[in-house]
Amino acid sequence: MTSPPVRPSEKPAGAPESAPTSVSASISASISASRLQRALASDFVYDFTRAPIAIIAGLVVLFLFLVAILAPLVAPTNPFDPASLNLMNGFTPPMQANMFTGESFVMGTDDQGRDLLSAIIYGLRVSLFVGVMSVLLAMGLGVSLGLIAGYVGGWLDNLIMRIADIQLTFPSILIAMLIFGVLRGIIPPDLRDEMAIFVLITAIGLSEWVPFARTVRATTLVEKEKEYVQAARLIGLGRHQIMWRHILPNVLGPVLVIATITLALAIIAEATLSFLGVGAPATEPSLGTLIRIGQDFLFSGEWWILTFPAITLLALALSVNLLGDWLKDTLNPRLK
Amino acid sequence: MPGGVMMDNAYLQVSGLSRHFDISDPFLARLLTGGARRQLTAVDNVSFSIARGQTYALVGESGSGKSTIARMIVGLERPDSGTIRFDGRTAFDERQGQVQDNSLRQKLQMVFQSPYSSLNPRWRVGDILMEPIRAFDLIADPEARRRRVHELLDQVGLSTQDAQRYPHEFSGGQRQRISIARALASNPQFIVCDEPTSALDVSVQAQVLNLLKQLQRDLQLTYLFISHDMAVVRVMAHRIGVLKNGRLVEENAAGPLIESPQDPYTRMLMESTPRFAGGAASG
Ligand SMILES: Nc1ncnc2c1ncn2[C@@H]1O[C@H](COP(=O)(O)OP(=O)(O)OP(=O)(O)O)[C@@H](O)[C@H]1O
Ligand SMILES: [Mg+2]
Repeated sequence: MTSPPVRPSEKPAGAPESAPTSVSASISASISASRLQRALASDFVYDFTRAPIAIIAGLVVLFLFLVAILAPLVAPTNPFDPASLNLMNGFTPPMQANMFTGESFVMGTDDQGRDLLSAIIYGLRVSLFVGVMSVLLAMGLGVSLGLIAGYVGGWLDNLIMRIADIQLTFPSILIAMLIFGVLRGIIPPDLRDEMAIFVLITAIGLSEWVPFARTVRATTLVEKEKEYVQAARLIGLGRHQIMWRHILPNVLGPVLVIATITLALAIIAEATLSFLGVGAPATEPSLGTLIRIGQDFLFSGEWWILTFPAITLLALALSVNLLGDWLKDTLNPRLK
Repeated sequence: MPGGVMMDNAYLQVSGLSRHFDISDPFLARLLTGGARRQLTAVDNVSFSIARGQTYALVGESGSGKSTIARMIVGLERPDSGTIRFDGRTAFDERQGQVQDNSLRQKLQMVFQSPYSSLNPRWRVGDILMEPIRAFDLIADPEARRRRVHELLDQVGLSTQDAQRYPHEFSGGQRQRISIARALASNPQFIVCDEPTSALDVSVQAQVLNLLKQLQRDLQLTYLFISHDMAVVRVMAHRIGVLKNGRLVEENAAGPLIESPQDPYTRMLMESTPRFAGGAASG
């Protein structure tokens, strides 16, 4: 075997990473700047540049995120603006001129003459928004509960982890539907459509916290026995300071991996719920809603109304998942 | 003062200290197998005192209860019985329980065994040293705090630029120096060193031991020094207590104890230290 090129982290350990400034600068300001520098020079980035699948998946995810964020700029039309819709354009196949209006659309139109590409771009936006927000909710909840369970222990630990066990025996989509149903029941009917997205986020978020909590709890159990925690107890620091300032930064490593994998799950959960008609409302369609609408037309020959949203969802979920798998292998070889 | 082993100039007085651990199987398993509760006596009625400015070494093999004693003295673990007094103040007795206020905590510090897990890997050295200063509100002015951190680094033989770095950028010996600097940050009078050099190379060990001795002279520190290595203890200790299965089997001033050990267990410990057996003690 030829010797591999030198990894960035193999430079002498003592080499200063940046020109030394004052200590006080180190205490607060420069943390973020040189973290970034360190991150860019790490094995992590090195490994990334050598994994073609991860690069492709990463690029697809980046592209889809950018498109979603910039939707108003990149979408040809605003699919929610009734003025932009012309019923005469209905069911125009992709890349063909409409027989009445002569207009053509890259991905065709739906029954109401809505440009499908625009609908997909806006649907992607909804899907990603719901996905990311519910992962953030699940992460905040799971990390906090895992940290508390692991550090405080006792009956609180038992309570939290038994709830986690019970929740894990049901498929998370079932949990999400249950929470969705309960929340819908609480919310007054006239607010349901407005709140639908937030109900969806809460339902998916609450159904995905368990892996975060389990992992963080396990890492916390290891970390809390370490001597730096005893040193912190020795100077009289309270539970909160020790948990949030000392232990938390040391248990976040695997969380990034779980967050990425959970994002793929959350996107699929959202699509499933929306496909079943209990997710995003028709006024704010996500990819799942578009697929539900599209399947009505599959057998009448308008294949594109289903196919393009489905391909987009597939590309999104697959890329995020591949990225998550790669992160898992790279950051934590023991999980392999 | 009532009863027990007392010294006029004692800084730390420990008497009748005991600690048991419950090592029974879990409740359900006990129920199924009919097994009884089991208790491990980790520390059994231990008494000793340490004179101000001196080093008392606790020696004994692994599992003899050295760390448990250290942890009870600094308040990380609760004794089952006994009393602990610092400088005439009660830190623990059965009636009052654990008395741990900031003014007492500030005077007690500890240097841990592992150079790798005793420093938070996500914190810069400057932040690590700053924390005790903040926790005890020792210095309000940020600029003065920064100067204090530099002074601490200087005291343990590191450079002021090291405040910027993370623990993983240092060698084992340097990390123990950082640990020592952290212990010094709160201006303590008493430091427990729990096998501070057992994870280091012999040459580095000597440097760290010398640093500890020099700091003791400069700052009039009192040490409880824990080790299983008689060669290290010989360099450091004024008095030595030999611990076996949680019990003190022999105690004496360092010279006499090493020259003419009375207890067979003490002799065995010395013979198991190669540098002693060979006669050429290094330090
Ligand atoms: N939290 C605990 N629960 C149960 N048993 C414990 C606990 N802490 C210590 N012990 C037991 O008490 C005994 C003394 O442990 P201690 O750590 O004080 O020994 P030590 O002399 O420091 O040993 P070493 O040289 O290996 O550090 C050991 O048998 C240990 O297993
Ligand atoms: Mg020990």
